[in-house]
Formats: sequence, structure tokens, C-alpha cells
Amino acid sequence: MWESISLTIKLASITTILLLVIGTPIAWWLSRSKSWWKEIIAAIVALPLVLPPTVLGFYLLLAFAPSSPLGSAATAIFGHALPFSFEGLVVGSLIYSMPFVVQPVRNAFDAMGDRPMEVAATLRASPLNAFFCIALPLARPGLLTGAVLGFAHTVGEFGVVLMIGGNIPGETKVLSIAIYDHVEALEWGQAHILSLGMLVFSFLIILIMMVTEKRLRRRST
Amino acid sequence: MRSEDVEVPKIEVQFEGTKENFKINTHFTFPSRGITALFGPSGCGKTTILRCIAGLNRLNGKLRIGAETWQDSIRFIPTHKRAIGYVFQEASLFPHLTVKQNLLFGQKRALSKTAGPTFDEITSLMGLDALLNRSPDYLSGGERQRVAIGRALLTSPKLLLMDEPLSGLDLAAKDEIITYLDKLHEALKIPILFVSHDIREVERLADHMVLMEKGHVRAQGPLLDLLNDPTLPFASADDAATILEGRVITFDPTDHLSELSIQGGTLFVPGKIGEIGETRRLRISASDISLSVTPPSRTTILNIIEAKITSIQPISHGKIGLLLSLSGEDGAQLISHITQRSFNNLEFKLDQKIFVQIKGVSMIKRLGT
Repeated sequence: MWESISLTIKLASITTILLLVIGTPIAWWLSRSKSWWKEIIAAIVALPLVLPPTVLGFYLLLAFAPSSPLGSAATAIFGHALPFSFEGLVVGSLIYSMPFVVQPVRNAFDAMGDRPMEVAATLRASPLNAFFCIALPLARPGLLTGAVLGFAHTVGEFGVVLMIGGNIPGETKVLSIAIYDHVEALEWGQAHILSLGMLVFSFLIILIMMVTEKRLRRRST
Repeated sequence: MRSEDVEVPKIEVQFEGTKENFKINTHFTFPSRGITALFGPSGCGKTTILRCIAGLNRLNGKLRIGAETWQDSIRFIPTHKRAIGYVFQEASLFPHLTVKQNLLFGQKRALSKTAGPTFDEITSLMGLDALLNRSPDYLSGGERQRVAIGRALLTSPKLLLMDEPLSGLDLAAKDEIITYLDKLHEALKIPILFVSHDIREVERLADHMVLMEKGHVRAQGPLLDLLNDPTLPFASADDAATILEGRVITFDPTDHLSELSIQGGTLFVPGKIGEIGETRRLRISASDISLSVTPPSRTTILNIIEAKITSIQPISHGKIGLLLSLSGEDGAQLISHITQRSFNNLEFKLDQKIFVQIKGVSMIKRLGT
């Protein structure tokens, strides 16, 4: 049981950190770009919101098959094929949870408007410097929301994991899979403990996020 | 003697292009000393020009600050590499930083570390000492604008740009900011270009004016010249006024009355408005000037000056605008608005000598000695 819990936390943490690093520039670009095709990119990023996770998992499975170009590249990088490995789960989670990070961060950048960056430029801050010293701190509520949603969403992931991760203890057997397993095996007690734990965890996450966000927002307006 | 008489480096601004379906074709120069107003009705392109000078917008053109070129056909210096200070209409302080951190943000990044005012100079000049550890959320509108001005000055700018810095403020806060602007103008000698659509603000602040209309420059020059120009809309406006500069020559403590010399005469102004020798800018509303064909006697009006009618212009139904020159080669010009009936009854003619009675004079700006 603890193996599943720690694996889940590890997967969610790595995914969240990577998503903040990758998603924030994407969110910035979506918020600031004036190119006509940016909404296409936005739609692709948002796709996992509506796409059945099994469909996403199916395509990822195909894409990362060792025989495909993407799959052989991944194999070269990680030393093994991505499907049915922890790294494969991370890649799947990145795509699956991306919209939950990008959307709130983009909203925060949109709400900020152009003015703070203009002020920073008139105070001799280069665009990159202004991004780190002004845009990121001002977008803190959005970054927090994105991180929490991305983390929680990765914890709750099931369909994608089942498709590309399978059920390898210590490698891909995360909490949601473990619960499913317990129910399948009619181990109701174990399923209860894990499910109740998830319920409490999810509630606390949402509560903490709402309170903190409110406080951050009050400070920055 | 105006400051324009001395040779000072010029700032040359020339932009043309289309911004949001609006044609801009602007060319003007102003001295790199003193306060210049970019004046015009809302929507005439003033703010766009100011933003182009800062490099926040880009139109084709040329921008030269003294010997430096910030923009021409091949060059475009980005905003953060231009030695400007920019004060936005709303103070736009960074909400996640304290007042002190806001002030230091630009100073740390200043292009020249040696030149320019120090942190202590600016905080005492702008009266910010008590505010340093506060968050911008807990400042009044006037305080916020003072911090924004201080923050811009700490970047050691070669030109301070201000976009309607007073428009969001109440009357008391406006007065407060004007007082601080006068102080900093005297102390720092940084040229200021400010955008305004309020002629009262311009009268109180500017030395030089660029008048804009629908994206182009209608007139430019020393403020007093433009305000008195009968071909421009100022002299015929309903609230027209004469703006004059005079030097305090005597003060009578018993009657509490200052006397100022102006070109071609003297004026009495109530109160002690300055030390002897100091220059003050005065405002006389066009409706506060009445005319008499014969020397008025036994009247309560203190200021009676002889003058000559140099221009007659009907300005609206029943109203005539006159331009009156005081005696002498370079005599000051006064703007007077009188009724059509008085004009007909007294049969005023060009070049006629008349007596000007001035009911009210107010001091609007201290100009030092």
C-alpha cells in the first residue's frame, strides 16, 4: 500500500514541477502572442480536458512503441521503452495534466495586462528580467492554482496509466490502480482506506488552495 | 528674459504612421530644459506619441535627445535601454513590492550608476520618507503618484515622460503633485514632457507647449506665446485667460499687497506671493478685464493700466474678444472678453488707446529668481 502511495506522490510531484517549468512559458506565449494560430495550440493543450483518457493512452502507446520514430528516440534517451515504465507515466501525466496548469497560469497572465511589463521596461528591466521579477510574482495565485490542480489531477489519473503504465508494483502501480485492484480482489477494507484517504486529501487540497489563493489575491490587488 | 533665449540642446520628435485606423504625422522639437506640455483634446494621439518616445509603441520616425539618437530609419533602441522616466496615468506601482522596493527597482537597473539623484535626495524631495515600508495598497492616490514619480526619477532619466499624471486625482492631490513637480523641476533640471488635455494644468506647469490636433502638431512654442496667439483656440475659449510672468518689486506689509513688474507696467497682487526679485506666473481671467475709454477715477479696482487694442475678434454670439498690448516695444498682451453691446456702445477700434481695469489676478506658479 505504501509503495503505491509513495509512487503516486513521486509521480505527481515530478509531473507538477515539470509542468510548471514547461507550462508557464506556454501560458505566457498563449497570453501574449498575437499570432492567429495560437488558439490552435491552446486547443491542443486543452484537448485532454475532453478527450477520454483511454484514447490519449492509446495514442501514447502507439507513439512510444519501440518501433515508432518517437519511441526509438525515447528509448535512446531513457535506455528502455517508455510504455510500462515510470518515465512513460510521467510523459503521459504531463500531457494529461497540462491544461490544468496552463489554463490558470494563462488566466493570471491575462488578468495582469500589459501595464506591469511596460512599467518594468521603463524602469530598465529587460523582457526576461521583467518576466521573472514582475510577471511571475504577480501571477502567483495562478501558479499556485495550476500547481495544485496539476498535482491533484495527476494523483487521480487512471485511464492513461492503465493504458500505458499497466500495473507494475513500484513502477507503475499508482493509487488509483491499487484501489481498482483491491476492489477487483474484493478487498473492501483496503479499498476503503485508500479511497477515504484520497477523499480527505482532495478536500484538503481544494480548501487550502481556495484560502491561499484568496489571501494572495487580496495582497496583489 | 525667458529660458528659451539661452541655447539649450533640443529634443526632436518625428513620427508618422497609423495606429488603430488613426493617422499620425507629428514633428516637433522642445528644449531639453523645463517642462513641456503635449496638449490637445482626448483622442488626438498625444499618448501614442508619448509611448513612441518611450519605445512602448513603434511608429516610423526619428527621435533625438540632444546628441543621442534613439530611433531613426535603421535604429530602434528598446524601451529598457532608453534613459527615460515614465509616469503612467495610474501610478502602476508593483503591488507585490513595498514602496521602498518599488523605488529601488529602477535605481538598481539604472543605465548610468553614477549620474542622477540619490535615493535619499528623491525620498526627501518627494516626501516619501514616511511611506517607505508601506505596501502600495495603503497609499492615497496622490501618494501613489509621488512614489511613481520618485521611482521614475531614480532611474536617472534624461527625459521624464508623464501621461496625464494628474487626471485621476482629486483637487487637493492635484495641488500636492503640482507643488512637488515644481520642487523637483527646480532641484533636478530634468526636462519633462507631459501629456494633458486640461489647459489649467498646462498653465500651472508648463514653460513650453506642443498643441496637437487629430494626430498632427498645430502649433508649438513657449507657453505664453501660444496662449496669446489669436489664431489659436485658447484666446477665444470661454474660460480664456492671460498668463503673464512678473517679478516681485515691492511688498506693502500694511495693506498686505505685492507689486510685480510685468512687461509694460506693474500689477498689484493681494498677499505676499514671493520675495523681492522672485518671478511669479500670474493668471488673469479674460472676463476679469474691463475696459474704459477715459481714465477711471474713484474705483475699487487697483490695477488700471493703459493699453492699445491690437486685435478684435468676435468669438460667439454677443461676445467680442480683444487683444490689448501694454505700452512699450515688448509690452505684455492681455486677453479681454467683452459683450457685443459694450463694444458697439463704446465704438472700439483697432489701435485705440484704452484703460484696462483688472478685477482679479491670481498667482499660479513660482518660477524662482
